[in-house]
Amino acid sequence: MIRVEGLGRSFGAIRAIDGVGFEARDGRITGLLGPNGAGKSTTLRVLYTVLQPDAGNASVDGIDVVRDPLAARRAIGVLPHSAGIYPQLTARENIAFFGELHGQSGLQLARRVDELIVDLDIVDCADRRAKGFSQGQRIKVALARALVHKPQNLLLDEPSNGLDVMATRALRAQILALRAAGHCVLFSSHVMQEVAALCDDIVIIDHGRVVASGTPAQLLAQFGAPVLEDAFVAAIGDARGLE
Amino acid sequence: MKRVAAIVMLKELRESLRDRRTLLTSLVFGPVFAPLFFVLVLKLTLAHSVAAQDEATPVTIANAAAAPNLVQQLRENGLEVTLRDGTEQEIRAWITGADGLVVLRIPDTFGERFAAGQPAAVMIYADGSNARAEQRSARVNRAVAGYSAMIAALRLQARGVSPTVVRAVVVDHVDVSTPSARATLLLGMLSYVILLVTLLGGLYLAIDATAGERERGSLEALLTVPATREQLIYGKVAAAAIMMILALALVIIWITVALRFVPLETFGMTANFGPGVAVRVFLMTLPFALIGAGLLTVIASFTRSYKEAQSWLGVVMLVPTVPIAIASVLAVQPSATLMLVPSLSQHLLMQGLMRGEPLSPAWVLLSVASSLLLGVLLGWLAGRLYRREAILG
Repeated sequence: MIRVEGLGRSFGAIRAIDGVGFEARDGRITGLLGPNGAGKSTTLRVLYTVLQPDAGNASVDGIDVVRDPLAARRAIGVLPHSAGIYPQLTARENIAFFGELHGQSGLQLARRVDELIVDLDIVDCADRRAKGFSQGQRIKVALARALVHKPQNLLLDEPSNGLDVMATRALRAQILALRAAGHCVLFSSHVMQEVAALCDDIVIIDHGRVVASGTPAQLLAQFGAPVLEDAFVAAIGDARGLE
Repeated sequence: MKRVAAIVMLKELRESLRDRRTLLTSLVFGPVFAPLFFVLVLKLTLAHSVAAQDEATPVTIANAAAAPNLVQQLRENGLEVTLRDGTEQEIRAWITGADGLVVLRIPDTFGERFAAGQPAAVMIYADGSNARAEQRSARVNRAVAGYSAMIAALRLQARGVSPTVVRAVVVDHVDVSTPSARATLLLGMLSYVILLVTLLGGLYLAIDATAGERERGSLEALLTVPATREQLIYGKVAAAAIMMILALALVIIWITVALRFVPLETFGMTANFGPGVAVRVFLMTLPFALIGAGLLTVIASFTRSYKEAQSWLGVVMLVPTVPIAIASVLAVQPSATLMLVPSLSQHLLMQGLMRGEPLSPAWVLLSVASSLLLGVLLGWLAGRLYRREAILG
């Protein structure tokens, strides 16, 4: 469960986000949709505690991310925009390293890593060094790394960036499985189709503000649009960044 | 808290030890090749100075018939005399054609003036821009001067005057340097080598763990684990320090071994670099590894990319040599105050050890304490830098 209220943050003269507010509930997939530079990444970065907001507040499972960032981090799994992994470590070691940093160890950690390797279908490359991995393999390892401590909430920043069709399908299956397991999944995207295909709730962001939010059905009704694409265009005023 | 730093440290070390380039640069090129190169240069220098001493000086004498006694005397002095007659022009041509040729020309009037007890001139021809010719002509000059002094003494005796009358002041050179101290002059560069190789040992890990991590895009994920950024960066600094300590140990071992192959004793020098000294040099230089790791991490934290970090750290590598260079130019004597200057204090203590001088425990303590303090400060600064949001790039 993620709750954001009146969140603001400036970089110099630029107001990256300005009063963003929304809720992402457990057992649902919430999509942050918006053109490039709308403030999606900034919002997520505040949520996963690497940026400080200068207005508003945000909480994960009731934990304030500014007041208690360490506790908030235990409750979230993060796939950042640049999901780099360590090239000299194997997929297994990459995942285990994050497990250790989350306080896991020994047999319990080894079992968890094995489980993730099977779930994410990276058995073939599990014990190879990550140096030559494809973008799809890298994202899977990065996702496994984010899931190693079984977080209730997942924050994914443009997870399908650079993935081919097969890899995208595999990723979607993962996200749906996480929802089915009762997790709260929040992901950002500028790809209309992706959001439409996956999300239970959509938050449309533009110029650092939430311009519309709701279930797909609510958005269609609100803008009197036949398809989501039209609702999106109506919400942000033009067709910028639409794919 | 300590656990997180240890986990990060082990992971950084594991990555570095798997990376062939890092491994080669940190633990092979520096620690192994630097001492070998050093010893090679040392050997060549020594071999050269021996050859120059032992070489018979060749000299070509023109118009030797005019001064047979002089020629005989030069031969007895160990000069390798060749007789060849020619005019001044011809002599100049010979010298241009041959490397390091020295020609002694005796004018026709030599015998006449010599017999009359007047100063008899001889000419030495040599190329002044040729180091070897210069050396040889000096040697010929000394031999001729020796002959001149001998004849002068005989003449004075013949006139009933003691030759010592014309020797008002006699200079005797007394070399008071111990054999070890003489070697230290040559081995003085060793502390440079040790400190630089130590730094080089942690260079790639420091870049990889900071600028490299940011460039590869794994930093952001790392910052979302439930640990403070200080804990993470302390682990990275510790990993760089351990690589430096490994490089330090290796370079000292190699120096100890390599110096056995330099025949320093034949020049009346001893290299005071046995296992005992090696262990003490290692222990005294340990705190320097912490400074190096902190310094490199701080600098690499500022840079935006691997390349930028590399070029910056190339310059930073020279920083520890600055105090040593200044101290060498000013020829300062070791003192308690200088023990507070990191890198210089290690250099001075190493020099003392190699010279076989007793170590002042107070100085060692000052050096270790001040270096540790600076290292801790730099580590703390790296932690502060990592708390900035700008670290994300």
